[in-house]
Amino acid sequence: MATLDAGVRTGRMLIYRHSLTVRLSHWVNVLCMTVLLFSGLQIFNAHPALYWGQYGGDGDPSFISIQATEDGGQASGLTHIGPLTFDTTGILGVSEVDGEADARAFPSWLTLPSYQDLAGGRRWHFFFAWLFVINGLVYFVSGLVTRHFRRDLLPARDELTAAHIGREIADHARLRFPKGPEARHYNTLQKLAYVAVIFLLLPLMILTGLTMSPGFNAIAPWLVDVFGGRQSARTLHFLAAFSLVAFVAVHIAMVVLSGVFNNLRSMITGYYAIR
Amino acid sequence: MSRILTRRRFLIGVSLTASALGLNGCDAIVESDRTNAVLKLAEGLTMRTQRLLLGDDALAREFTEADISPTFRSNGTSMPDNARYIDWMNRQFATWRLEVGGLVEKPMQLSLDELKALPSRTQITRHDCVEGWSAIGKWTGVPLAALLQTAGLKPEARYIVFHCADEYEKSLDGSGWYYESLDLIDAFHPQTILAYAMNGRELEVGHGAPLRLRVERQLGYKQAKYLTRIEVVADLGGIYRGNGGFWEDRGYEWYAGI
Repeated sequence: MATLDAGVRTGRMLIYRHSLTVRLSHWVNVLCMTVLLFSGLQIFNAHPALYWGQYGGDGDPSFISIQATEDGGQASGLTHIGPLTFDTTGILGVSEVDGEADARAFPSWLTLPSYQDLAGGRRWHFFFAWLFVINGLVYFVSGLVTRHFRRDLLPARDELTAAHIGREIADHARLRFPKGPEARHYNTLQKLAYVAVIFLLLPLMILTGLTMSPGFNAIAPWLVDVFGGRQSARTLHFLAAFSLVAFVAVHIAMVVLSGVFNNLRSMITGYYAIR
Repeated sequence: MSRILTRRRFLIGVSLTASALGLNGCDAIVESDRTNAVLKLAEGLTMRTQRLLLGDDALAREFTEADISPTFRSNGTSMPDNARYIDWMNRQFATWRLEVGGLVEKPMQLSLDELKALPSRTQITRHDCVEGWSAIGKWTGVPLAALLQTAGLKPEARYIVFHCADEYEKSLDGSGWYYESLDLIDAFHPQTILAYAMNGRELEVGHGAPLRLRVERQLGYKQAKYLTRIEVVADLGGIYRGNGGFWEDRGYEWYAGI
């Protein structure tokens, strides 16, 4: 990593942390994942139940579903997860649209378009799915060619010891973030989280998404078997999406806790200050 | 269906949608024709890519008897309520005829018995609704390719339009009748059949009696029910709102492979 000497005397040093490809693909990804999430929830709302296996629909047992019921003029939203049922009125199942209770799985402020429009949701979803895949391919090829993966993301052998990881977890819990030379590279928890997202969750999103396509099933029937059926793939698509939401929540929390300005600058200009 | 994704149009798309995102919830931009035209570019890209990878004849997965779903939802119309259909139904479809016309050398009219006398194909396939659910069923019917070969397509023929006996959306101008269309690649695909039996029994009214289309590499709304007429055309422009199907006229993709 190149360094700038300007800040050395004050004990503060700007290092060039993120390449242009990483920065661009990061922000394109932010855009894609945002649209994909909200349009994906729109699509989910058309049939808010998840199944396991090759088939699944009304009349088949689902293990996650969101339902609206009405009892004596009082609408309530119920969310079923396995044998458990939660009253989620106001958010899931029944939520307000223009001040009136409306039966919809996810609320209008979480769907794109905001109103019920499966065709519209699909248009947004597939356009940004393409952009997401193209962006991912550019990032992946560049990560291999520039050795970004090997140099920045692959944890070193000594980083993977229980003692080292234990110490990092303890530091994170006390919100003590690496300083000086230690801050020149990602810490081990960061590396593991990024590797899991980049090489596991994001490819899983694409593959489970493609497995829902009847056209793609004829192209790659083995993919249907890998996930145990189209409905299993649909369920995994949903669960992986929420794993990504959880990752983003932690990611943003860490950005905030370890210095919003410094982190944002590094992902925009590439330069990250260490002291 | 000529949609070319140039770099410029793609970039316009990216910037337009980026600005739309900044105003999330602003449905004016979501509804803008220009935004939608750009978003629709993805359909052409998906179709081209899938067709490139599929080849013309790759088959949809076929299942075994044991895989058949215990329930198969009857979607869309489950009982056409017009007099013509009810009359056919009351006569066990003995007076019903399938018309084959348009750009063909030899227009035909076939009774249900005549269709059943033709060589048939049986396939156990998965039906995927655009909403997200799936059901597996066994279909028996006449390969569309055989019928089209008998009728003989004229050189300018490009699309096969399927007219149906159900008016899914009541309207004064008759624009709500269900219809669908395929291009010649899917029309001549070996699993594209006109099915008269489901799960070993006569096709039920709820599932499109007496005859429905099965086109197994696409979503449920392509599987038109209650067929009455097959029309071979050069382009889809003059039919209803010109997008090639009831749901296509209401914003859904004509190529429903995803």
